[in-house]
Parts: sequence; structure tokens; C-alpha cells
Amino acid sequence: MRPLPPRRPPNPFRSPLRGPWLTSVLGTVLLAGLPVLFVTGLLSYAAYNPDLARINDKTPDKGLLGFYLFSWPTHPYWLYRLTQGVHVTLGVVLVPVLLAKLWSVAPKLFALPPLRSAGHALERLSLLLLVGGGLFEFATGILNVQLDYVFPGSFYRLHFYGAWVFVGALLAHTVLKVPIAVRTLRDRGLRAELRTPLERTRPEPRDPTGLVATDPAEPTVSRRGALGMVGLGSLALLLVTAGQSIGGPLRRTALLAPRGRNPGTGPNGFQVNKTAALAHVRPQDTGEAWRLTVRGNGRTVRLSRAELEAMPQRTSMLPIACVEGWSSGDQRWEGVPLRELAALVGHHTDPPGVFVESLQPAGSFRAVALRANQVRDGRALLALRVGGADLSPDHGYPARVIVPAAPGVMNTKWVRQLTFGATTFTTDSGEPA
Amino acid sequence: MTGRRPPFLSGAAAAGRRLRARLRRLPGFRAVYGESPRHLVALLASFAVCGYALARLLARDWFGVVEWVVGAALLHDLVLVPLYGGADRLLHRAAGAGRRPRSRWRTSVANHIRVPASLSLLLLLVYWPLVSRDVAARYRAATGTSAEPFRERWLAITGALFALSALHLAWTAWRRRRRG
Repeated sequence: MRPLPPRRPPNPFRSPLRGPWLTSVLGTVLLAGLPVLFVTGLLSYAAYNPDLARINDKTPDKGLLGFYLFSWPTHPYWLYRLTQGVHVTLGVVLVPVLLAKLWSVAPKLFALPPLRSAGHALERLSLLLLVGGGLFEFATGILNVQLDYVFPGSFYRLHFYGAWVFVGALLAHTVLKVPIAVRTLRDRGLRAELRTPLERTRPEPRDPTGLVATDPAEPTVSRRGALGMVGLGSLALLLVTAGQSIGGPLRRTALLAPRGRNPGTGPNGFQVNKTAALAHVRPQDTGEAWRLTVRGNGRTVRLSRAELEAMPQRTSMLPIACVEGWSSGDQRWEGVPLRELAALVGHHTDPPGVFVESLQPAGSFRAVALRANQVRDGRALLALRVGGADLSPDHGYPARVIVPAAPGVMNTKWVRQLTFGATTFTTDSGEPA
Repeated sequence: MTGRRPPFLSGAAAAGRRLRARLRRLPGFRAVYGESPRHLVALLASFAVCGYALARLLARDWFGVVEWVVGAALLHDLVLVPLYGGADRLLHRAAGAGRRPRSRWRTSVANHIRVPASLSLLLLLVYWPLVSRDVAARYRAATGTSAEPFRERWLAITGALFALSALHLAWTAWRRRRRG
């Protein structure tokens, strides 16, 4: 009789697929995708012009992390629609890759001894920041696009600072692991493994990475099949999500994305970020008594909607593109260019930026500061009509701002006051309040 | 690196080699630290970035954020992974897959449940707030549309995935029988 093997606790990590090859392939995909997420995220942060005014800045303590900020351009007009659509859609599509990557390295969490050396301890601390930071970024992003604000604080702060924590840890991880990934993929080959069917799928040879199971089970799927499942997951998420950013007839294909359906029909039937009811803008605030106040150069002009309609109107074809990744198609806005309104208070050439205030009584983004380049773009309007009809209450009646390439919330609805040359609330005499 | 380099790099490479050799000879660096000096440099540089951002991330509700970052890692590693790993093992045990001698058919049955189930659960995980109707009231107030359809849509997609998988399995079985 053979002697029984020594008893040891059953190792729960028995998948024969785990090993440096699988981890390297998944890591390489993430290494291609995460920088795109990071850069489009940084662009979105810059698109709010946080360095222009306190009101635009949810992260006044950003310090060096705002090193790259620049004036957000108005060309091409679809810029933010593209960058933010890519950011959100790619983030959603990478979820299965991230989960598979974490699954592939799960045994490392329980590796014994837990701390081999000072170096190992530091690396594990870094991995906590990497895994915790990564899951935090994906979770806050995915919750935010579904309006589920359960995270501890302002999304902008958490997602921006969290991104830097994640990327900081990712840098070290990349430096330390890329050599192993390159060696593994060179030695084992990508195509050879992708051609290996289930019958010939074997555990990888034991190696110092500690990923290969000590007591591997029989394989039930090839590595090709496992990667195929991850890819199928990404494809499924792409199909039920991308339509909300592409728009047109494809919008309806976004079956699970928050903005896969238009809220109505007709000229005002496109996506609404925030309804008038939610913003507490009441019909009596927007009726006959409504006046737009335009200030600047120490002057004040008050205009009724009829007076605004009597000014020369201009048409701009522009989309609404939200930080949540969805966007509307190009809408035909009609209204008065912001630079014409600047001229009313004496800024005839090279108008400055403008501080825009809404009737909305409370909440973030009830006021924003726009930069001079945004005011000077002739397509930037105080819009009165869209698609040939008056703006609906939910789209900002009696008047809203629309600026090419600006994030959705920078296009203030239910506008009450425009102060040219200001970046914050001012008193009647034009002094900062 | 052993490949041939252009001559203008060889000076820098030689200097790098000399520096690495000197670091390697440092008495007991590896014995004390356990890893190479490069490892320490990479981690310290990374901690500088992380620390700078963490100080800001934790500036307001630090406990809430720590709870989220550490909680996310623990919830994933100690709850989510064992949960889906365990479910997968139960599925395979129920289907008799992975048993010796190997049965291609049993493995195939298990995989035809595994694939649609994992896709369906993935969609549920990502779109949980909408599918569960946790945010239905806020969603309706903000967008002016109802969050009602998301649950039905997820159920319909799940049904379609299982139906497609069953069709594929039936087709595989028919082909196998025809081949004998």
C-alpha cells in the first residue's frame, strides 16, 4: 500500500489555467486600455476649466496634479463627446478584463509567508493601493454614470484623486512586471497558446511567480476559451453601452446603459441631464416676468425674452455631451451669440470670459465660468430655441447657454444673469461678492 | 539585455552596467531589503505619487474613503472571488465535468451553462443600480424617463443568452451523433 500523502489544508486555487502566461496577456490588455482611460479622464478634468474660477473647481487643493491644465478648446465641436464617450465606454468594457486579471493573481493574496522581506512588504502595500485604487475607480465611475451617489463625497474629487493613486501604484507595477510579461509572452508565444485546444491544455510549468496551481484540477476550458469568455464579456458590455454615446438609430441598442432611450419625441425629445423639477426651477420664475441680466464694464442691461428674440439670431449644430458618457446627436440651436451679448455691455472686440448664473436656487453647477475663447467662438450661444421649437422647460426655457465642446453641465440652463469679465458671484456694483 | 546596441548608446549602457554592478556589490542590500535596488526605487517613486494624491483623497471624509478602497479590495478578494469560484465548482460538480475519465460531453454541458451565466452576472454587476431599481426615483427625477425597463431587459438578455447557448449545445450534440 502506498503511504498516504501528508495532510494539508485543501488549496482552493486549483485552476490549471492560472499562470504567468494568462496573467501576462490580461495585463497587456489592461496596459493598453488603462492609459487611454487615464488620459481621457485627465482631458475631462481639464474640460471644466478648473484653473479659471473657483466655481468650476471641485478640487481646489489639487496642487501639482493640475500641472497640465490648459484652456479647453471649442474645436472640434465634438471633442468632449468623443473623449468622454471613449472614457466611459472603455471603462465599462474593461470591467471583465480587470476581473479576470484579478482572478488570475488571486492566489498571491494568500501567499505564505505573508511578508518575506522589507521589499515584499512594500510591494504588498503598493498592491493594496493598486487593487483598492483600481476597484475604487471602476466602482465610483460605474456608480456615477447610473446616478448612484453612494460614495463618500464629491465624485469629481474622489474619481480624480483616486485616479492618481491608482496610476501611481500602476507605474511601479508596470516597471516591476513588464519584464516578466515580455519574457513570458516571448517564451510561450501568444499564437501557439491561442491554438491550443482543451485536450492539450496543461498547467504552466511551476515557476517563481507563484501563480501556477500546486494541485491543479482537470481543465474544463482552454486558455483560448477563457480569454474568449473575457472577450465575450467585453463585447456584451460594449453592445449594451456604446449606443448611448454614438446616438442616432444605435441609441436603442444600448439596452442597459442609462441613456439608451430618448425621453420624448419632437425637437425637445433628446436627453435631459437634469429636469426643471429636480433643479427646483418653477414655471413662475420663467414666465413673462423673466428678464436676462447682462453685466460688464460697470453696465447693466436687462432683456425680456421678446427682446432677445428681436436680436439677430444665429444657428449652431451642437451636441450635449455629459461627463456620464452619454451624448445627444447634434441639435440645431437658435439664439444670440454670447459675443453679441458681450457687445451690449461695451465689449465690442475681444470679449472676456463670462460668469453664467442660473435660476436654479441651489446645487453644484448652478453657476459656471466660461473662458474668453468660449465666449469668442461665434457658435457659442444663449439659445432660445432648439430644432425649430422653443426650448422646453427641461432643456432650459427661457434661455440656456450652449458652447462647442464644453461638458454638458457647463451649458447652463434657465440662465438668469451673464456677467462678462467676472469669474465669481458679484454685487450690483460689479465687485466680487 | 544582451542584444547589440547602436554605438551612441554603448557609453550609457556601460555606465548603467557599472552602476548596477556597484549596487549589486553593496554589502547585503538584498539580504536586508529582500529585493533589488531597482525594486525599491520604483516603489518609492510610486509611493511619492500615491502619497501626494492620497493626502488629497483623504482630506475630507478619510474614514469613508479608506473604508471604500480597502473594502473594495477585501470585498472583491474575500467575497466575490470565492463566491463565483464556488458557484463554478458547484456547477461542474453537478454536471460531472472535470471528472476522470474526462467526458467531453459533460464538460461541454457545464460550459454551455457557464458562459451565459457569467455574461448575465457580469451585466448585472455593472448595471446593478439600474437593474435593481435602487436609483429608480432619482433616475426618473433627473432624466424624465422611467428606470422600469432595465430589469425586464436584463432578464430578456439573460433568457436570450441561455437560449442561444442551448441551441448551440443542441447543434453540437446533433453533429456528434451524426458523426457517431
